Amino acid sequence: MVHVKDVLKSMDYGPAPEGNEHVVAWLEAHKAGFGHFIGGKFTDPAAGKSFKVSNPADGKPLARVALGTSDDVDKAVAAAARAFRNWSKLSGHERAKYLYAIARNIQKRDRFLAVLETMDNGKPIRETRDIDIPLVARHFYHHAGWAELLESEFPGYRPVGVCGQVIPWNFPLLMLAWKIAPALAAGNTVVLKPAEQTPLTALAFAEICREVGLPAGVVNIVTGEGDTGAALVAHEGVAKIAFTGSTDVGKIIRTATAGSGKKLSLELGGKSPFIVFDDADLDSAVEGLVDAIWFNQGEVCCAGSRLLVQEGIAEKLYAKVRARMETLRVGSPLDKSTDIGAVVSAEQLERITSLVATGKKEGAEVFQPSISIPGTGTFFAPTLMTGVEPASTVAVVEIFGPVLVAMTFRTPDEAVALANNTRFGLAASIWSENINRSLDVASRIKAGVIWINATNLFDAAAGFGGYRESGYGREGGREGLFEYLVAGEAKPKGKDSAKATLVAAPAVDAQIVATDEVDRTAKLYIGGKQARPDSGYSYAVSNAAGKQIGLAGLGNRKDIRNAVEAATKAESWGAATAHNRAQILYYLAENLSARAGEFEERLRAMTGASKRAATDEVAAAIRRTFFYAGFADKHDGAVHSTKSRHVTLAMKEPYGIMGVLCPDDAPLLGFVSLVMPALATGNRVIAVPSSRYPLAATDFYQIVDTSDVPAGVLSIVTGNATELAKTLADHDEVSALWNFNGGVDAALVDKASAGNLKPVWTGARDWHGVEAQGREFLRRSTQVKNIWVPYGE
Amino acid sequence: MQGTAVALAQPEALRNSHRNAGIPLRPDAFESIQVNLSAVERRAATLPTRRTVKKEYQAAWLVKALTCIDLTTLAGDDTPGRVQRLCAKAKRPLSDALLKGLGLEDAPPTVGAVCVYPTMVPAAVKALKGSGIPVASVATGFPTGLTPLPQRLEEIKYAVGEGAGEIDIVINRALVFDQEWQALYDEVAAMREACGEAHLKAILATGDLKTLRNVYKASMVSMQAGVDFIKTSTGKEDVNATLPVSLVMLRALRDYGEETGYRVGFKPAGGLKTAKDAMNWLILMKEELGRPWLEPDLFRIGASSMLADIERQLEHFVTGRYSATYRHPMA
Repeated sequence: MVHVKDVLKSMDYGPAPEGNEHVVAWLEAHKAGFGHFIGGKFTDPAAGKSFKVSNPADGKPLARVALGTSDDVDKAVAAAARAFRNWSKLSGHERAKYLYAIARNIQKRDRFLAVLETMDNGKPIRETRDIDIPLVARHFYHHAGWAELLESEFPGYRPVGVCGQVIPWNFPLLMLAWKIAPALAAGNTVVLKPAEQTPLTALAFAEICREVGLPAGVVNIVTGEGDTGAALVAHEGVAKIAFTGSTDVGKIIRTATAGSGKKLSLELGGKSPFIVFDDADLDSAVEGLVDAIWFNQGEVCCAGSRLLVQEGIAEKLYAKVRARMETLRVGSPLDKSTDIGAVVSAEQLERITSLVATGKKEGAEVFQPSISIPGTGTFFAPTLMTGVEPASTVAVVEIFGPVLVAMTFRTPDEAVALANNTRFGLAASIWSENINRSLDVASRIKAGVIWINATNLFDAAAGFGGYRESGYGREGGREGLFEYLVAGEAKPKGKDSAKATLVAAPAVDAQIVATDEVDRTAKLYIGGKQARPDSGYSYAVSNAAGKQIGLAGLGNRKDIRNAVEAATKAESWGAATAHNRAQILYYLAENLSARAGEFEERLRAMTGASKRAATDEVAAAIRRTFFYAGFADKHDGAVHSTKSRHVTLAMKEPYGIMGVLCPDDAPLLGFVSLVMPALATGNRVIAVPSSRYPLAATDFYQIVDTSDVPAGVLSIVTGNATELAKTLADHDEVSALWNFNGGVDAALVDKASAGNLKPVWTGARDWHGVEAQGREFLRRSTQVKNIWVPYGE
Repeated sequence: MQGTAVALAQPEALRNSHRNAGIPLRPDAFESIQVNLSAVERRAATLPTRRTVKKEYQAAWLVKALTCIDLTTLAGDDTPGRVQRLCAKAKRPLSDALLKGLGLEDAPPTVGAVCVYPTMVPAAVKALKGSGIPVASVATGFPTGLTPLPQRLEEIKYAVGEGAGEIDIVINRALVFDQEWQALYDEVAAMREACGEAHLKAILATGDLKTLRNVYKASMVSMQAGVDFIKTSTGKEDVNATLPVSLVMLRALRDYGEETGYRVGFKPAGGLKTAKDAMNWLILMKEELGRPWLEPDLFRIGASSMLADIERQLEHFVTGRYSATYRHPMA
């Protein structure tokens, strides 16, 4: 018995357990186990194998859950495919009503879901109650709105089909919401596999779907382990895969889906920098760190896990951090005064423990506060590691635990360099009271989400997602919806032929059909210069009738390497004003126009096009160049409507260096249609022209030469498109790849792209059609960076 | 501070035995301070949601809050009779039944002080005689502080002379707006001197200062000038005590303590009305400054109606039934 008198002396908080009797009763009612939720019904839990789900805080079992087989996945995909027929045809308003009902019912059951999530995952009840579940409801509300607005806001787009979604254990229900809400809003149906550690809130969500009368098969939940997820990813009936999880698994998924044509979005790992300048509000930065790395036990993909602090204030800040760590409370996740709950599993605890040991061995100074840690359950003390260098394992590897590693920097430039010195690019947090400096650093950090004087702010109206190996695609906001839509597109007339063997030796009977008085040499164009191919070989280019009309350089991997190096040096192109880029695009069009006749001749000789067709193609190429010159300063970002007194800037940033594989069809117009939008948005481009008809593209470098295009901004490498595509897809400096050459094996490119997880856009167009230009091309050449700028004085 | 009955519950180690003697004005301790409003608001908003105190613990915390209250009347219609009634409540804030239910019959708590206008000090001193409860008096042209300095100092001396043990002064806001730190320091230091043995609480009137940087700077100058407490508000500004403002003042207080070794007290005032408010501020104190700041010698709450709500909550704890205000003797 506790006496008031004693507490008056100790002034301890005492226990404040959240009641869980309703959840316990629910689990008891499902004692027989949970089946899958397929076609609006739960399958018989006794039908197949099952696995145990337990509470990480005490190791006690919570439930038995069905272990999904490929047969279960088949059934779920079939149910989703059946449901798609009607669901996709419902009016946006009808779908909005369902999403609204889901949002409402999540709110009505918010405490139930919070308690269940806490028991399943081990995260503190404060977080599930105040953060996870409110964000879940918010996500469904927001997307109820998108469902309503879809027809008017996304004309020309249609749903993808059945979406296979695989989610992690760190924010089980929130990640479900991020996946299911946009998918349903856009008219898709889904099969979702929750993580094996934390499937319970997904099953509770299935019950809510049933409760609100969501049509059978629109949402299907298949529980299981990695194999279940793999079966879903591999399933032919799935048109789109959305995955949140580790970068390693993301790469496996990219490889597994290579060449399948499945739409893919990946939200992967991170090692996000938390940068503190000497003019920051240090006490607030310390609280920011608490929210960055001691939120959700540090099991957060966007956790600010790398503290970068300006040298002069480092010791002061570390002292404040250490003092603050002493007041963190680690303990029962259901206790309302707990800051840090249980790590999700024994395996994860082991991983964290061993990484901290590695850090120590490599020379880091490890600090843990002298606070009490429960003796049982998977708890890990909050940890600060100083004396860490960029080369240290713990500075490189994502720990996914409550472990902060700290490094110092001297100047803003060095802060940016350290921040970007990572394979990842998910998020960053910048602390400085100088708005110029903050925004400058924000613009230079390669990450999808940047918080200024804040951290881990989320809202359904803002996109979330990474750069680099943190994945691609966005979740939330307008940018997120595109991941669940496809643009209508017409297929081209001809077939591409990059598979043809390119002959570098003179043919026995070859004779070039001369179109010029003087022999013309088509070189490669690299770094602003006409360059001979590294191989020293050229190959014969024949016209449609099979007559040889000239030679083109047989580019190889070294030419690609050189082109990428030149592009690397031309980084300022992305920072030039859009007006500047527009001027140069107009100039290209002007010079192309001046030499229109010459290009018409080339097209006729090469493809056998009629005079009228050739004239049309050149005219269209000039128009298209004008189109993107016009768009260069109009592809605006947005300010999202998130929280009050926050400017949430959605900036459209160029990828950087892009590879572009051009089609045979319309050799000039196809080339222009791909190169111009990428240039207009600030990318540097390495274009691989059609192997069969490369000469319009090589003629084009003369236009480039006379149009003030800075060296390295556009390189043109002819040769075997497949070979060159492979090198581009493999190259880690190349950040995005467009494959519009139907002759290049999409599977090969997709697979190679897994190396640095560059997004690959594989497509085909009728280049004279309306879908061959427009916002879709601009969108695909940019990635959205959301910068959160709270304000107030 | 003069010993109050409840101080029995305060372990000796937590006692604030050294008064803040002040230090020479040191602008470098505050001139480059940065305070980010949005971040401070975020921290302040989550503080009450990160900690929950229940059952016996909650009852004890509410009793603790009660002992930290400066039970206040600062109205134009105050009379000695009104003050006498307030003092009666200050001496015996909880009924015998409640004390029994709480197990505190041996050490009945009283409030931290009674806070009145200078002319009401004699009445309060008389009413509180023998109780050990100090009388706090506002002074220095409260609430604006815009009377001439000699008069302001005279007012302090008058109140001290009449027996006030604590003086709540208001700072001159204009000196903050104009960043006249030396002038502000000199005024406050003069007031400290005028107080003599009486303890000095400096009211910053944070609702007037507006920016949190101003709040931090005014806090720091006051502490350097030797105040015993920094206090948020007079209760008469448009915005009175808020958690974000309090958080910034506590950070200043912590910085000053680390620099000088002195413990300075904190008093939020104005707008604190409920038991829930009391809990929120106690959590703030414990989280930001630790256990010593949960005692009346380092923490006071300026309030008039909060006591009644605390009584109702304590009655609920004791009886399990929700109580009505009319059942508790009014202050």
